[in-house]
Amino acid sequence: MTVALSGEEIASQIEENFPGSIVESSPKSIVVNKESLFAVASYLKTTPGLDFDYLTAITAVDYYDYFEVIYQLTSLQHNHSLVVKTRCYGRDNPTLPSVVSLWRGADFQEREIYDLFGISFDGHPNLKCIFLWEGFQGHPLRKDYL
Amino acid sequence: MEIGDVYSSRQLDEAEGEQIESLKARSQQPIPDPDEWLEQELERNILVTSVDAILNWSRRSSLWPAICFPACCAFELIATAASRFDISRFGMEVIRASPRQGDLMITAGTLTWKMAPQVKRIYDQMPEPKWVIAMGACAISGGIFASSYSVVPGYNRIIPVDVYVPGCPPRPEALLYGIRMLQQKISKMSLVTEGR
Repeated sequence: MTVALSGEEIASQIEENFPGSIVESSPKSIVVNKESLFAVASYLKTTPGLDFDYLTAITAVDYYDYFEVIYQLTSLQHNHSLVVKTRCYGRDNPTLPSVVSLWRGADFQEREIYDLFGISFDGHPNLKCIFLWEGFQGHPLRKDYL
Repeated sequence: MEIGDVYSSRQLDEAEGEQIESLKARSQQPIPDPDEWLEQELERNILVTSVDAILNWSRRSSLWPAICFPACCAFELIATAASRFDISRFGMEVIRASPRQGDLMITAGTLTWKMAPQVKRIYDQMPEPKWVIAMGACAISGGIFASSYSVVPGYNRIIPVDVYVPGCPPRPEALLYGIRMLQQKISKMSLVTEGR
């Protein structure tokens, strides 16, 4: 069975390489700040021993104060997994770096989040509506959408 | 292959968006059910009765469904079509991939606004005379999604519906009953009143 790695142990390893990047960590997950998200994701993918070569899912949650975007990573090579979260503040034009260049599977899922939460992903090759149609007003999965 | 090649163009997406918005704007009221001729007893009984009888018999005995199965009701429809319930008893085992060969649309499932232009196009491509069975709660009224931002509240917003089969999803027996009702309706049609 896939072993879920402890977020705390990975967090200390990341903190050594990217000082100040970890916002908080728990046995279940790590939260990184959005400025170092891409660097951390790239590190998790390419570091021997971690090798997170597979992005299982990206989801987002609206907590009113901020949006939390959750990356569920898996290493098929070592059969272990990790949950990485990041927060983005501000409701007008929240932006995160895109991870499509690391995992192609992020393509449609980032578009879905763009559609339903209105979060933009910098560096996405084709950021436009996927479920809703061009010209749809609003972002239906935001808590203030009525 | 370049990464940009696999994506649709912005122009195409905008055209699609306009199409959906205009269909949505035109579909704010349900289309009345096409049943007013059922009351016209006199007109239907004076002329061409035997021609009507044979024409209606052939029409109702070989209803060929066109494919419109966007959601979970499709499984009940598949069960209805399979050997246990067997709609081939009613001469309708040929479920056509091409709408041009079908004359019955069984709308088995939730319809979203994004899908609506395609369903309307399939309906428009079916040759006359044609009928529609709204199968399940979503097809009748949008079901539990009726107030959603993305779901069409009933197929009768975009196409006229002849028979409504309630259920979530309806059992195959219910669908078969709906088909029998449609056959009874077809048997009351007449050349005299048709096309009005």
